[in-house]
Order: sequence, then structure tokens, then C-alpha cells
Amino acid sequence: MNSITLNADLAAVSRLVVEGAMLVYTFAFLAFALHLSQLASTKKSVRAGASRLERVGIAMLILAATIHGVGMVLRGISASRVPWANMYEFSITGSFIVVFIFLLALTIKDIRLIATFVAGFNLLILGVADTVFYVEVKSLMPALQSYWLVIHVLVAVLATSFFNIAAALSIAYLFKTANWVKSSKAKLVGTLRRVLALFPKEEKLERMAYRFNIIGFILWTFTLIAGAIWAERAWHRYWGWDTKEVWTFIIWTIYAGYLHANATRGWGGKRSAWLGVIGFVAILFNFTIVNLFFKGLHVYSGLK
Amino acid sequence: MPSSQQSRFDPSEEIISPAIGLKGWLRWIWRQLTSMRTALILLLLLAAAAVPGSVFPQRSADPNGVTAYFKANPVLAPALDAIQLFDVYTSAWFSAIYILLFASLIGCVVPRTAAHARALRLPPVETPRNLKRMPAYLAVEWSGKKSPDALLGKAQKLLKKQGYRTLLAGDSATGSVSAERGYLRETGNLVFHLSLIGVLIAVGVGGGLSYSGQRVLVEGESFVNNLAGYDSFSPGTFFKEDQLVPYSVRLDKFEVDFYRDETLKNKANTGTPTDFRAFVSTTLGATGEQAKAKIRVNEPLAMPNGNIYLTGNGYAPSITIRDAAGQVVYSGSTPYLPQDANYTSLGVIKVTDVPKQYGIISFFYPTVGTLESGALTSLYPDPALPMLSMNVYEGDLGINGGEPKNVFALDIKNMKQVAGGKSGVKGLRLQLGETVKLPNDLGTVTFDGLKRFSSLDVSHNPGGIWVLIFALLALAGVTTSLLVPRRRVWVRRTETGFELAALARGDDPVLEKVVADLAAELAPNKKGSKKVAKTAASPKQKVADE
Ligand code: HEM
Repeated sequence: MNSITLNADLAAVSRLVVEGAMLVYTFAFLAFALHLSQLASTKKSVRAGASRLERVGIAMLILAATIHGVGMVLRGISASRVPWANMYEFSITGSFIVVFIFLLALTIKDIRLIATFVAGFNLLILGVADTVFYVEVKSLMPALQSYWLVIHVLVAVLATSFFNIAAALSIAYLFKTANWVKSSKAKLVGTLRRVLALFPKEEKLERMAYRFNIIGFILWTFTLIAGAIWAERAWHRYWGWDTKEVWTFIIWTIYAGYLHANATRGWGGKRSAWLGVIGFVAILFNFTIVNLFFKGLHVYSGLK
Repeated sequence: MPSSQQSRFDPSEEIISPAIGLKGWLRWIWRQLTSMRTALILLLLLAAAAVPGSVFPQRSADPNGVTAYFKANPVLAPALDAIQLFDVYTSAWFSAIYILLFASLIGCVVPRTAAHARALRLPPVETPRNLKRMPAYLAVEWSGKKSPDALLGKAQKLLKKQGYRTLLAGDSATGSVSAERGYLRETGNLVFHLSLIGVLIAVGVGGGLSYSGQRVLVEGESFVNNLAGYDSFSPGTFFKEDQLVPYSVRLDKFEVDFYRDETLKNKANTGTPTDFRAFVSTTLGATGEQAKAKIRVNEPLAMPNGNIYLTGNGYAPSITIRDAAGQVVYSGSTPYLPQDANYTSLGVIKVTDVPKQYGIISFFYPTVGTLESGALTSLYPDPALPMLSMNVYEGDLGINGGEPKNVFALDIKNMKQVAGGKSGVKGLRLQLGETVKLPNDLGTVTFDGLKRFSSLDVSHNPGGIWVLIFALLALAGVTTSLLVPRRRVWVRRTETGFELAALARGDDPVLEKVVADLAAELAPNKKGSKKVAKTAASPKQKVADE
């Protein structure tokens, strides 16, 4: 019953395509960064030319996302399954979803200013994926052969993408409200201040972060429940405080705290923004350190 | 609303009051406990308290890890154990946090449920005097004409159609419409929090009634579902033996698929398992009804009062040992524990039916190969070139003391090695079908055949389904609560036109749009009306402010 076919050649092509996407992300990132610095310029003539750069950046980002998507699909075809069964694959799929949601959100909300962050973040993730997490295509171990892999992991990746964008907004908010940014006389901080002045107003950043976080939280709650249902099938108990289960719980609890903070007097603003950032740091920790170094049943990094 | 309770309550006042007494203090403590801030802090504490459980091995999830930790850190481990760091999720401090949190939750949600039930039956609150203070506000003036008398009626109808509950007050000249929608938001929030209590109870009660038993079966063997039938068994606190429905299970055959790549392009994947299948026959004790079934990972077999799960597998070489006189002293298929991905497996044989007991520590290699060091290893998990190696120990097996011994371990403390290692005699090596001589005239050993075994786990948790139901309710509740907007809208006639305002509970992205749209419907621009919008304050309102 060896029906699984793995296509190593196609996987190699997929890797090349993803590397190509990284190149285009680099251009997009540079365009956005340059755009921000031009906007923050004190010279009017420089500022006037900036919007063209931004358009170039957006076009580059769309191109990068398209190539990225092709690479991801090829990876799935080469393994004849969904492309999210090890860390390399989560990384390429997760970062694709981040940029996809970002581009989708752009059509509804003007959040162009965090494009620098999105392009830079994807570049970073893909870079780490390509150099540290890369594994050859592998067949699925029996515990992963389940439609829950499709549902549970996809929703987890989706939730992470929403939390990611929310964290970017919260970080912008925290910079904008930080006293040292407001008062420092250093030249570099002055430039930062001018860049930040371009961002939406503080309350608007806060509210947008909140909206991305609530979607993230609903999806994460679903992830947790779906994970428990799957664990009941595969490991004969729905919850066993396995390291990965522990961290899913911790992240859920932090974001529940975040939602409470938004409704508690004296906890809005900076404190809740910090909680959002801490929640996202916990997600990154869960994905990297816990996957690679902690012992548990969820050993699927695919790395030795 | 707990937070409004909190804001109504001024602790300094009570503390100064001489008559505070015990009751006052209890009330003060209760109010602190059920405040929003306490809930928040307890949530964050709970998150922090869960962390060490992922750093230190836990007895519940990884008992071997705990044993290993004690061996590696003999001084530190007992100290950590004293503060329950190996049992984090049942520890006193972790329990204290979640019990306080749930006490807070109950104290918070019960009064809110009552208040919400009342609010559901009441009409919306009357229009406040000063609408300009609201986060979304618009004043519309009629140029020339008087505003139509039917305005408020029309506003009421429009709002009703959009799902608002409305109240018309005052006369048509100065009156107003007050409307409210999104009661479902609070309902969802309450369903969510109440369901969390349901989850906790279902986890607790279900855990108490649950059990799980493990049994290793070699192909051809069967077991009966009673306490004696299990190798190990962990019952919940309220478990009773009659929960075990009598039936028997026989393992007919066990199959494994390993990935093979003829082109050898993908070496990394060669030998990874792609499927495990246990074929079993079951017989129900009550009716004698027989059935055949297949168990796979992710596909447990449903039996009365429990599922049978496939949790492990390996090889069980069939070995016969004869004494010097040719008499059979040991015969059977012994499960060997896999040690690596290529199923290099470790087994232990204890020969007791002889005058001088001895034991054998044995390795099995499904496809044997030799490392550069000369040591044997397995190159592939399927039995292409099976080989057994054996080291023999003479002496006290330690099995006469009556205490149960691990079948996979041999305690060689009081034993002398007579074959293999530094004993001077080479260890034994047998290919399938071979017979070789044991040292010291102990007789011969034969590698007769090869079977597979599988580890089965029979588990039952009657609380599981309730946990799922409450968890799904919580999911539905929280989704409703976060996505359904709750807002109040007011329309009031003024001397020269009318004014509209809206207030949201929680986040409401479209608050201003709601007001603008309503104004447009009530006074289409072509009538020449003039709108005066006030720059809206943040439409996001803190609960405590309401
Ligand atoms: C197990 C503990 C708790 C968890 C996991 C939890 C979780 C949450 C979550 C996720 C939300 C946002 C979604 C929603 O509005 O339905 C929320 C809202 C809320 N919670 Fe909790 N909660 C807990 C305990 C409490 C306690 C003890 C209180 C009372 C002090 C409380 C009062 C509230 C209130 C008033 C809201 C509404 C906030 C708003 O309108 O935005 N919760 N809770």
C-alpha cells in the first residue's frame, strides 16, 4: 500500500521558486523602506516623489506573493499532500498566508504603512526556512495522516497570520506612544518620529490591532478544540499537557488576557498592546524553540 | 456588570467606616475577587504558571523523562519535586490559580446573567439629554421647510427593520426615538463564560470516571477486557471495575508499510513508516458475537465503554531454548522494544525453569549491517536480513521476591556475564532458523521465526463528549460576542431639524457610518438639508465607563 509518491525533482524546483520569491521580497522591502525614509524627509521635493516608490513596492509585493504561492503549491504537489507538515512547510505556507491576508486587507483598509514590516518579516521567515528548516519532501508519519492535519494546522496558521499583523500594528502603536520616541533629541529617533507621524493615529492603530486580534483569537480557539479532537483520535486522550498543548493553552490564555485588558479600566492602551506583542512572541517561541528543543509528542520539525 | 460594581464601590469609604466588621471585609474580598482586574491578573498568572510544565518533564505525560531527570540531577530533582515541578498541572499552586479564577468567573457571570435576563425584558433606556457627548453624532438642519412630523415614526420603523429594539418618547415636536441592538453580544459573552465552567466540570467529572489500560499483544495472542488482562492500567478516581465490559480481542495480524524509493533519490525518506495496521478479531462476552476489524493510528476501534487505540509496535522473535539434555526450557515469541527508526530492538529473556537461573539481553536487527566500529546495526526497518545477538548472564534474576519486574529490563546487579562483553566468551549471533550453543553447557538456543507485536491502549472518558459540547458552545459564544456589534442609537427632533447619535459597547468599526446612513435615509440630500457632524471621539468604549 505504498501509494504515496514523492517527487524530489519537483521539490527542488519549488525551493528555487521560493528563493526567487525571496529576491522579489527583497526589492519590495527596499522599495517600502526607501519610501518611508523619503516620506520622512524634510525636503518637500523628496516627499513628492515618494508615492511612486510605494506603488512600485506594492507591485513587487504582489509579484513576490504570486511567486511564493506557486512555490508553495509546487511543494504540495511534490509531496502529494498539503504543504504544511513540517517546519519548512509551515514557514512557507504561513508567510504566504500573512502576505495574502495583508494584500486582501489592503483592499478594505489602508494599512500600506506596515507593508515594510510584512515584506521584511516574510523575507526573514523564508530566509530561516530555506537555510535552517529545509528538509527534503517526506511522506507523512501515520499520526499525521488525518484530515485534521488539513483543518487544525491550516486554521492555526491562519490565526497566526492575523496575530502577526495585529502585533505589527501594536508595535507601531507602542513606538508611537513611547516617551523616549516623543522626547529624544537623537537624530535617528527624530527620523523615526517623522516616519511614525505618517502612521494612522494612535487610537486607530489600537483599534485595528484589536480587530485583527479578535479574528486571531476566534481562530485560535478553534485550533485548540480541533487539536483536542485530533489528539483524542491519535493519542487516545483529548488533552495531556504535551508541550505543544501547553503552549497552545498559554497563548490562548494570554490573548484572553488581552481581550480582558481591552475592557478593563487602566489596562487599555500600552498595557494591552504589550499583551498583544507578548502573545505573538509566545507564538514565535512555540513555533521555533518549542518545536526544536522541547520534548513532546508533536515532533514534526522534520529536523534531526 | 462587575466593573460597574467596582466603580460604584469606593474601598476607602468602607475602610474608614468603623462598622465594617467581618461581613464588610468578606464583601470587600468578594468584590475584589470578582473584579475585572483580578480576572485579568489571574489569567496572566495562569499562563505564566503553565510554563514550567513544558520545561520540566511531567509525571503524567512523560514518566520516563522524570526518572531520567532524577538520575541526571540527583540533588536538584528532589528540591524541584518538593515544589511539584514534575506535577505542575495538579500542583497546589496551579490549582489555586485556576480555582480562584473560576470562583471569580462564577461571581462575575452569575449576577451578569441575572442583569442581562432583566435587560432583555426592558425597553431601551431613554434618550440622554446631551447627545453631543456620544462618540458618533450628527445634527441635521432643514433649510426652509419644517421637518416632517412623521420623522420619528419613520426613524423608528427604519431602526426596527434593522433589528433594533426601539422606544418612542415625547411628542412629535420634541420627542425622540431611542434604539438598542446587539443583546446577542452579551448573550454570547455569557454563554462563553458559562461554557468554560461547563468545560471545567466535564473535565473533572470525566477524568474521575475515565480509565485507560495498556496491553502488548503478539500476533496470534488475545486478551480479555478485565483488570488482569492489562499490562498496566490507570483508573480515574471514581472508576469501578464493572465499567469494563467483558470482551476479548485477538491480534490476528499486524502490518507495516515503510517508504521505499527504488530510484534512491530521496534517501532521507527511505524507511519512514507510512502505515500501521492491526487486524483483530473481537468476541463480545455477553452474546458471543464475533467481529473482525482493522485498527490504525487515527482510526481507533470503538468497543462498548471504550475505544481501542494502536499506540506502538515492534518485532517479537520466536525463540526456543533447550537444556543440555534437549529438553525445552523456554519457548515463545518475546516482544522486543524498538530503539531507533530502523527498529534495532532490545529484548530480555529470563530462563527460570532450570536449576541455575540465567537471563539473556538480546538485540534484534531486522536488516543487519555492521558499523565501522564492528558493532551491529539495523539498516532498514523491514526484516530483509534478520539477526539476533545475545549476551548471557548467570545468577539471581531477582524475580523470586514477589514484586513485579519490568519484562523489558534485566537487573544484572547480582549476575555474572558468561557470554558477550568482557566475559571472554563471544556474544551469540543467530540468523533466522539458526541454532547455536549457549555457554557453560547451558544448552542451545534457536531463532525459529519472527512475529510482530502491537501495543494497544483501551481508553474511555465519558466526559470527553461533554467537554466537546461545552467547548463548541464557548466557541460559538465568543464568536458571537466578539463579532456582533452592540450599540444604541438615538434620534431626536430639534427646533430646526433633528439630531442623531450612537454609542457602542466594545469595538464597533461602523458606528459613524450607522449614524450617517440613518441621517441620509431620514433626510435625503435633495431636500436641501445641512448636516453638522461632530468629530467623533473614539467609538471604542471601555466597559467600565458605561
Ligand atoms: C477562565 C477565565 C476567563 C476566560 C478564559 C475569559 C475569557 C474572555 C474572553 C476571551 C473574552 C472576550 C470575548 C467576549 O467578550 O466574549 C472575555 C470577555 C469578558 N470577560 Fe472574561 N474570561 C474569564 C473570566 C472572567 C471573569 C472572572 C470575569 C469577571 C470579572 C470576566 C468578565 C468578562 C467581561 C465583562 C467581558 C466582556 C468584555 C467586553 O465587553 O469586551 N471574565 N473573557
